[in-house]
Amino acid sequence: MKQETVSNTIQPGWLLLFMAWLIATTGTLTSLFFSQIVELPVCLLCWYQRIGMYPLVLMLPLALFPYDPKVVRYAGALVIFGWLTALFHVLLIAGFIPQAAQPCVQDIPCSQTHLNLFGFMNMPMMSLLTFTVIGLLLYFSNIQTTRNHHE
Amino acid sequence: MNKKTLFIGTAFMLVLAFAAAVTLFQNQQPTKNTALTTQQMSALERGNAPIKGPRYAKVTIVEFFDPACKTCANFHSYMNDLVKKYPGKVKVLMRYAPLHQGSDQVVKLLEAAHLQGQFWPALELLFANQNAWTSNHVSQPDQAQSILAQLPLKPEQFIADFNSKDVENAVTKDIKDGQTLNVRATPEFFVNGKPMPSFGYEQLNQLVEQAIAEVY
Repeated sequence: MKQETVSNTIQPGWLLLFMAWLIATTGTLTSLFFSQIVELPVCLLCWYQRIGMYPLVLMLPLALFPYDPKVVRYAGALVIFGWLTALFHVLLIAGFIPQAAQPCVQDIPCSQTHLNLFGFMNMPMMSLLTFTVIGLLLYFSNIQTTRNHHE
Repeated sequence: MNKKTLFIGTAFMLVLAFAAAVTLFQNQQPTKNTALTTQQMSALERGNAPIKGPRYAKVTIVEFFDPACKTCANFHSYMNDLVKKYPGKVKVLMRYAPLHQGSDQVVKLLEAAHLQGQFWPALELLFANQNAWTSNHVSQPDQAQSILAQLPLKPEQFIADFNSKDVENAVTKDIKDGQTLNVRATPEFFVNGKPMPSFGYEQLNQLVEQAIAEVY
């Protein structure tokens, strides 16, 4: 009986991991909304970022029940991969990376004034921000728990 | 609140929020598949615009294009195939949408060629040699003009037409009508006044088949 109360109490580390899951899931649903409902085309770099984001939706809950602070090792690899891709994408759009390095996707109209470009202008930034926050939450969740163990 | 309640509650809320967003978005998009406004309908065609296919064809694809646009060039042979696939039923009417820098001059070249009956050969030449007269999405009208020199055009007439008020008016009307129709990308298609629900070859084909079923 006592055991159950302990496992059901919300520790700070668990809460941080929960928030990481919440953000990953919100990001996943948002990206699915834009590609499946609004039907904005998804470029190659967006797909790579999705690879880093979508698995977290299913992976993090496994680390929540029961709570496993070691998840940062597995989830972290995805987050770092997604974060680097998002950074590359942001730099590409800001013009810091030469255009020759840009993967060009067929069927996306080449006009610069297309509405979709508005989406592309903002989406990588949102992605970079999301990966940053998830990464920080995972890190602090891990730190939090390690510290508690030492006490 | 225990962990499981928090987790399941949140997951439930997220799914609910997603469903609500989808419903809201789809309710706000009624214009997507319905006809254009009367004002927009009158902006679709220009009397003397270049046409491929027989004039009597009851299905009209209005294509807004930019000769410097790569996707337009890719679509070109597909458009030719569409006209051939439904003989006598489909025609393509071309409108200029010079969105790329410098393209406003290139479409004037096309319109001047059109006045001598050479629009289609001129367009094929420009699309086939697109890389030769565009660089970094900027059109080079001088280079485009030298490519067109191989067409059987009367040179003086061509220059005179290029600088004429008629050609300028035609291009200005196309740009203005494009704005009325919210053309923000090329190619943009309207099949008997209906825009594509989403961009793609198959979507265009479906729209054409739909229009044929309606009028024939």
